Amino acid sequence: MQQLITTVLTGLTLGAVYAAFALALVLIWRATRIVNFAQAPMAMITTYIALVLIDAGMSYWVGFAAALVSGLVLGALVERFVIRHLTGKSEINAVILTLGLFIVIHALAALIFGARYRSFPAPFGLRGFQVGDTTIALTGFGVFTILSVVGVMVLLVLLFRGTDVGLRMRASAFNQEMARLLGVRVGRMLTLGWALAAVVGSLSGLLIAGGGLVHPSYMDGVVVYGFVAAVLGGLDSPPGAVAGGVILGLSLSLVSGYVGSELVPLASLVILMAVLLVRPGGLFAQVRERRV
Amino acid sequence: MDRLLGRSTLRRHLTLAVLGMLVVVVVLESTGPFRNAQFASMAYYGIAGAGLTILIGLNGQISLGHGAFMAIGAYTAALMLQGGDPLPLPVILLAAALVTLVAGAVVGVAAARLHGPYLAGATLALAVAVPGIPVYFSGTLGGEQGLNVRVPDIPPWFADAVFFVTGQDMSRSRYLGYLGWFCLVVTFVLLANLARGRVGRTWRAVRDNEVAAELAGIDLGRARVLAFVVSATCAGLAGGLLALSARIAAPSGFTLTLSLLLLSAIVLGGLGTLTGALIGAAMLTFVPQLVTGLGQDLGLTDVRAAELAPLTYGLVTMLVVLFAPAGIVGGIRAAAARRRAVKTSGTSKEARKDEAMDEIRGVTGDRHPGGGVRRG
Repeated sequence: MQQLITTVLTGLTLGAVYAAFALALVLIWRATRIVNFAQAPMAMITTYIALVLIDAGMSYWVGFAAALVSGLVLGALVERFVIRHLTGKSEINAVILTLGLFIVIHALAALIFGARYRSFPAPFGLRGFQVGDTTIALTGFGVFTILSVVGVMVLLVLLFRGTDVGLRMRASAFNQEMARLLGVRVGRMLTLGWALAAVVGSLSGLLIAGGGLVHPSYMDGVVVYGFVAAVLGGLDSPPGAVAGGVILGLSLSLVSGYVGSELVPLASLVILMAVLLVRPGGLFAQVRERRV
Repeated sequence: MDRLLGRSTLRRHLTLAVLGMLVVVVVLESTGPFRNAQFASMAYYGIAGAGLTILIGLNGQISLGHGAFMAIGAYTAALMLQGGDPLPLPVILLAAALVTLVAGAVVGVAAARLHGPYLAGATLALAVAVPGIPVYFSGTLGGEQGLNVRVPDIPPWFADAVFFVTGQDMSRSRYLGYLGWFCLVVTFVLLANLARGRVGRTWRAVRDNEVAAELAGIDLGRARVLAFVVSATCAGLAGGLLALSARIAAPSGFTLTLSLLLLSAIVLGGLGTLTGALIGAAMLTFVPQLVTGLGQDLGLTDVRAAELAPLTYGLVTMLVVLFAPAGIVGGIRAAAARRRAVKTSGTSKEARKDEAMDEIRGVTGDRHPGGGVRRG
């Protein structure tokens, strides 16, 4: 029983992080029909920026903010100067392009920051809360993780539903040609979409790193889990991505706790294949048929 | 070219294979053990790249999981080489390829139903998942440390035969070089014939237009699974050779990076062309030494200078995709086609149409203006 509670609580925290990452993938997929595999190294390098600032003696929150801002800038730059030039080519080329970017950022990080493991601080306690005599697996940082992901979701919903910019972004994602005719600067909206997604991705990078080790490839697994979570939710719906993230976090935590942590990536592969083959539209799809 | 090598496809490929093998003998005999070892690794990169380029360029399916298939081949070979008295190497390499064939069939059946980014994501998950398996079954598969591989003795008849021709004694790394390049030549001949024939036409038809292919009577699923299986088998063979060359099969050798580097190599060479796979393999083998040396000259430490190689691959991949999606081989072919078109002005319209078709396709594979589908 004790172990089950531990597993579930760990799963919830992990699920929140996967949800954030899946959200970043979904934002970009909706805007440009591209799965940004380079999201993982982009989040990794912004986390390194935070680490450098924190190691230089600044507070955790300065590093945190710097990582998010550099994520915003990086996302915008990548869309404007790399992805923009790809328009109208086959979907395989888009995949290869983001993977090329993946390799480049990866190598750059190892070149600039070194390839060794470095520990990343956490702003809140990493010891579980005490309930009576037992320590439960929910840490202060875990609570912060869940709250910040929920906070980001609320902000995104407010942005997309409640503001003029959000409406324009939705319009350009829905139909570029039509939006352009109605006077929306579609190019700018796409840049903004990528920038926002990169901020959310950076957040997930910071949350995973907190209290753990950072390494140029520490996000490589997360891109797989984020992708699986996004597909669980249908790849098209932000709420679906969040639900997918939580479901995946719980399932993987159960596998890790009861079978073995080495098989977690394999379990995510099995879950992904099961979803794609049985319910290609995701768990919450309303449309019946979809080409995957 | 036609006059030189004959018009029959099979005869042309076999002639090229014999010529290629001669070049291999000359190159391997005239270089030292270090270069021999480099050529051995170029051979396995070439084989794996050829399988992948056929899959992506000819059939339009992407796989980021070929590192995983190489791992399956490598572990099969390593397991069979564990005992004191192992089977002959050709049997072991064949077994590595066959075991991977089975794995490729399982993955391929699932993959045939997926497209573009979904397929990329699923195979990405495969690449990340497979290295965990030997860690979990550390009893039989050696865990993180992996399995050590002892290269069996060189068969006396082979050493004698080479000595008879070249007058030089056979070293172990040269033996591995011969083995790798022999496998590469055989694989390339088989793949070239496959790509030229009915199967290749079917794959291209499926890539270019699914609806038209299906109307022409092609079973889409079967064509996709077959392409995936052929491709995975090549990767398995390459994995077996890798285990021999590296003398170890360990999870750290089959990270996501391996799959991604393989992809960037064939993109540079030109998707869908075997020559392109060979160029890519040469890049994977020889570029690291070159740019690492350059980095050290610039004052970088060894570890950091080693990162210049992947940086180069990644940048080159992005530039190729953005500005020359046909890669090196495709670019040369297009230039040659333009020159021919200028010479005989009558066909220039046709050539322009070809280029426009390539432009539409985006991923340029083998040029096949006729491109028709025939049901045999």
